[in-house]
Amino acid sequence: MQQIVNFLFKNSITLLFLLLLGISLTFTIQSHAYHRSQAVSSANAVTGYTSEQINNVEAYFGLREQNEQLAAENAQLKRLLYNTQDSTNRPPVTLPTELGTYKVIQSKVIINSYSKQDNYLTISSGAKDGIKPDMGVVSSQGVIGYIENTSAGYATVISVLNSKFRLGAKIKKNNHFGTLTWNGKNTGFAQLVDVPRLATVIKGDTIVTGAESTIFPENIPIGTIEKVYIDKKTNYYTLDIRLFNDMTSLGYIYVIENKDKKEIEQLQQATTNE
Amino acid sequence: MNSTVLINILRFLALLAVQVVVCNKISLFGFLVPYPYILYILLYPVNGNKAVLLISAFFLGLFIDMYLNTGGPHSVACVVLAYMRPTFFKFSFGVSYEYQTIKINDRLSPERLSFIFICVVLHHLILFLLEMFRFSLILDALLHTLYTTIFTLIICVITIYLIKPAKQL
Repeated sequence: MQQIVNFLFKNSITLLFLLLLGISLTFTIQSHAYHRSQAVSSANAVTGYTSEQINNVEAYFGLREQNEQLAAENAQLKRLLYNTQDSTNRPPVTLPTELGTYKVIQSKVIINSYSKQDNYLTISSGAKDGIKPDMGVVSSQGVIGYIENTSAGYATVISVLNSKFRLGAKIKKNNHFGTLTWNGKNTGFAQLVDVPRLATVIKGDTIVTGAESTIFPENIPIGTIEKVYIDKKTNYYTLDIRLFNDMTSLGYIYVIENKDKKEIEQLQQATTNE
Repeated sequence: MNSTVLINILRFLALLAVQVVVCNKISLFGFLVPYPYILYILLYPVNGNKAVLLISAFFLGLFIDMYLNTGGPHSVACVVLAYMRPTFFKFSFGVSYEYQTIKINDRLSPERLSFIFICVVLHHLILFLLEMFRFSLILDALLHTLYTTIFTLIICVITIYLIKPAKQL
């Protein structure tokens, strides 16, 4: 007994080190394990509040840019409004088919990261504003990501610039589907993989969200095709997409809730289980 | 003794604040973020309580992880650095370092520079390997370590030089 106590006493620093190392390694491995598993995140009261205060000051430096973006978005919405008077000429793709399916919550990015392999954003609304995990996040220019974790007042978002990010997307012109991913190299570009070879892909074509996504409404812009090459392993096309969003400077954003999501997922679950 | 404790607490808070408010927003060439907050571990008194250093380093890393949404690599790197510190002291200043009065935040000698350099390399290597966490990205992690080490080292040296006059008061 005496010897055990002596041993513990002599190696107390090493034991403390191993304990702390164990805890922090657990956090690290957990955060890499699977989607929505991060134990340590900025969606908590202390870090959320301080980041919000810092962001309040920083926001003043981007007001002009923010105003211009809002004006551009207003112009875009006005264009839709003025051009829908002729009901025979209405573009069927620009408005969601059923009104009331999607709920939109306005929020603001308070922490933005883009220099890492797995990037997350933190936004200033959380569970008490009605935000739940797996809701879509867009800006006026296009897709940003989806919600990962929420606390009472804050939420973290998996950004497009994250190796865990997956989203069904399509080429707007001919409806060929692919999966949007990020290879971790350039913050201005994402990759659309697994596009069938029979699709006609032309540089400059617009990529939008696909209809099979339960997170995003259809036809939200993502970016334009920049480069086309063939994946040697799978023999499918891989496209480099120039994102419409400048992911390095984000301000106000919209969180989209799909009210039919649960119903769709239950249906899919029931079908695959049979 | 009391003033040493106070200075260390202030240093902890100040470095954490500087890292969160200023350094995390720097993104040189789109991917270089310096991490001068590890100066807290380097400048901790040589003969100070090791358990306190380990625990405070763990929490320093944990706070940085929270603000950066990284999930854990900063705390691992900080804890390992805090534990390995005496070994690096021995390497840079010789075996009898405990009997000398070493002050890291003094004029920069080759010994001090080598000590800071080794510490920064170890911290960044662990940090980037754990942050990327994929075998296919080891080369990227090493490149990131190299570039960021240079950046952090420059910022650390500048910070030490800037703070020095205040220390003599």
